Amino acid sequence: MNLKNKDMVWVFAEQADGELADVGLELLHKARTLAQKMGSEVSAVLLGHQVESLTETLISHGADNVYLMDDVELNEFRSLPYANLITKLVAEKKPRVVLFGATHIGRDIAPRVASHTRSGLTADCTELKIETLTLRKVEHPDLLLQIRPAFGGNIIATIISPDVEIQMATIREGVMEMGVADLKRKGKIIQVPVELDPVEIAVQIIEKHQEPSSVNLKGAPIIVAGGYGADTPAKFNLIKDLAKVLGAELAGSRAAVDAGLIEPERQVGQTGTTVRPKLYIAIGISGAIQHRAGMQESQKIIAINSDPEAPIFSVAHYGITGNLEEVIPRLIAVYKSQLH
Amino acid sequence: MPLHTIVLVKQVPDTSNISGEVMRPDGTVNRARLPAIFNPEDREALELALRLKDEHGGKITALTMGPPNAAKMLRECLFMGADRVILVSDRRFAAADTLATSYALYKAIHHIGEYDLIFAGRQAIDGDTAQVGPQTAEKLGISQITYTQEILSLDLKKRSIRARRAIKNGYEILEAPLPILLTVVKNAAEPRPFDVKRLCTYKKAKSKFEIEEMVDDSHDLVWMDELMNKALENDLYIETWNIEDIDADVSMCGLAGSPTKVHKVENVVLSGSEFKQVPATDEGLNEMISELMQDHIFG
Repeated sequence: MNLKNKDMVWVFAEQADGELADVGLELLHKARTLAQKMGSEVSAVLLGHQVESLTETLISHGADNVYLMDDVELNEFRSLPYANLITKLVAEKKPRVVLFGATHIGRDIAPRVASHTRSGLTADCTELKIETLTLRKVEHPDLLLQIRPAFGGNIIATIISPDVEIQMATIREGVMEMGVADLKRKGKIIQVPVELDPVEIAVQIIEKHQEPSSVNLKGAPIIVAGGYGADTPAKFNLIKDLAKVLGAELAGSRAAVDAGLIEPERQVGQTGTTVRPKLYIAIGISGAIQHRAGMQESQKIIAINSDPEAPIFSVAHYGITGNLEEVIPRLIAVYKSQLH
Repeated sequence: MPLHTIVLVKQVPDTSNISGEVMRPDGTVNRARLPAIFNPEDREALELALRLKDEHGGKITALTMGPPNAAKMLRECLFMGADRVILVSDRRFAAADTLATSYALYKAIHHIGEYDLIFAGRQAIDGDTAQVGPQTAEKLGISQITYTQEILSLDLKKRSIRARRAIKNGYEILEAPLPILLTVVKNAAEPRPFDVKRLCTYKKAKSKFEIEEMVDDSHDLVWMDELMNKALENDLYIETWNIEDIDADVSMCGLAGSPTKVHKVENVVLSGSEFKQVPATDEGLNEMISELMQDHIFG
């Protein structure tokens, strides 16, 4: 009998300009739980140029091994070199689980890796588990349960890939919690040679513009969010007023973003940002599962909605049934009076 | 060679209005019960392709894999300006995940032949996976630009394209050799309205399924042939391909070709944590704010 492969859970460690993305560290923390269940180690996959110093951070956050591909051609992210190098490594080592952040980079390359290796890939998972399932009398050990809210409604789907070796998933930033770094952890760095064909590096980056975002949903202690119930700019301005008075960060549901009431960076939910503030005030948000997935772990939740049956009330600590045009000005007045 | 652009389009259920009733027990969606619309980002992808055609000439092929009623969306592609539309439809494609879908599209593109550009929406509103574009590019062995916001230039002599792509907190401008696949994000290009002349002409365009429906007696092959030929002659035939037409391996299509399976679907049990109904009165709000202040949530 073969020894069990100890290198079964991988995390793509995304970095840009020598800085690791939080989502990679969050996934390492989750990967430890998954790997423990499988009796496996955790490996991080790091690509870039002169990024060896980042391996320490990856190890302290849970990696037992770091596959390092360091080359000047990898200095900046490009689809083909990144996807092809990861594909080659995945195809060779055949890990059971590969996790990517659902970022502009992860969502660009994960499908290519999955396509080439014919792996199962599920986008935007909100929970991951390892289980052994018996399906049609056949035992499938170490299945990755890829859990995500499905298509509308109050439905959570569990997706599995029972007939293939490699199971992949993307996860949004902030969905998994980041563990505490353990600086005493030891790990192994495995240098992987980088060989690229001219065709693979033919795409050129002409220009790049990045500005630090002025929106900080993840770090905000108080968030005031509006939804489709605030369907006019006038109503949405009331929500902005409340955010201002409370010193809160402004956010919105997907419906508010789609209606052009608020910028996409401020979207909370499965396909936006996941937040855990001290206080989350949801105004005119019905509370579809996709939205709740992004805010239900807030310490306190106030829901204001004209529909007493709105699902948002089921996750709220305080529910106010009423018209936002009446409730918000009153709330502002009461809050101001209590400050004095 | 004139520019040939393929646009991947999908007809999607309008997810802005969904209840649990439209889900089948196996977790797939009963699309028949939802209004079907042209996936918004795919329409923008078609618009970008049309703008390149306006400038450089050439030909646009719109390609979809979907149920027979996706012919409606393909007619809309014709109304907007697509030159050729193809419906890849076969019961054996049903329940395909993104991998099986990209395989079918890859085989269909292979069957179409030469191309310079492939456009697609970044993602479809029914799944939001954004996987089919990159997976199709991988199978075709070509590069990709995802999250495309704008086409800056196309140089047919140099055979290269310059495009702006969204990245975290910003954008980058890429120059890439053709052929390449681009996925297009929302607000990249406001889709043009239907061209009235084209609408009058192409509203009569029909897929094989629709022609079959016109023939009362499905065994009347002569009549069927006649109608097909007439549609072809008048350039009013929506090409309709099945698994055999695109030479696809059945085991790679539909549910059989999909590594991901829906294991279970659960209704969410909502945790009724300590919930307080607050009356929308000054007293009610006052009490709530006092409690939050005591809990050090405020201030």
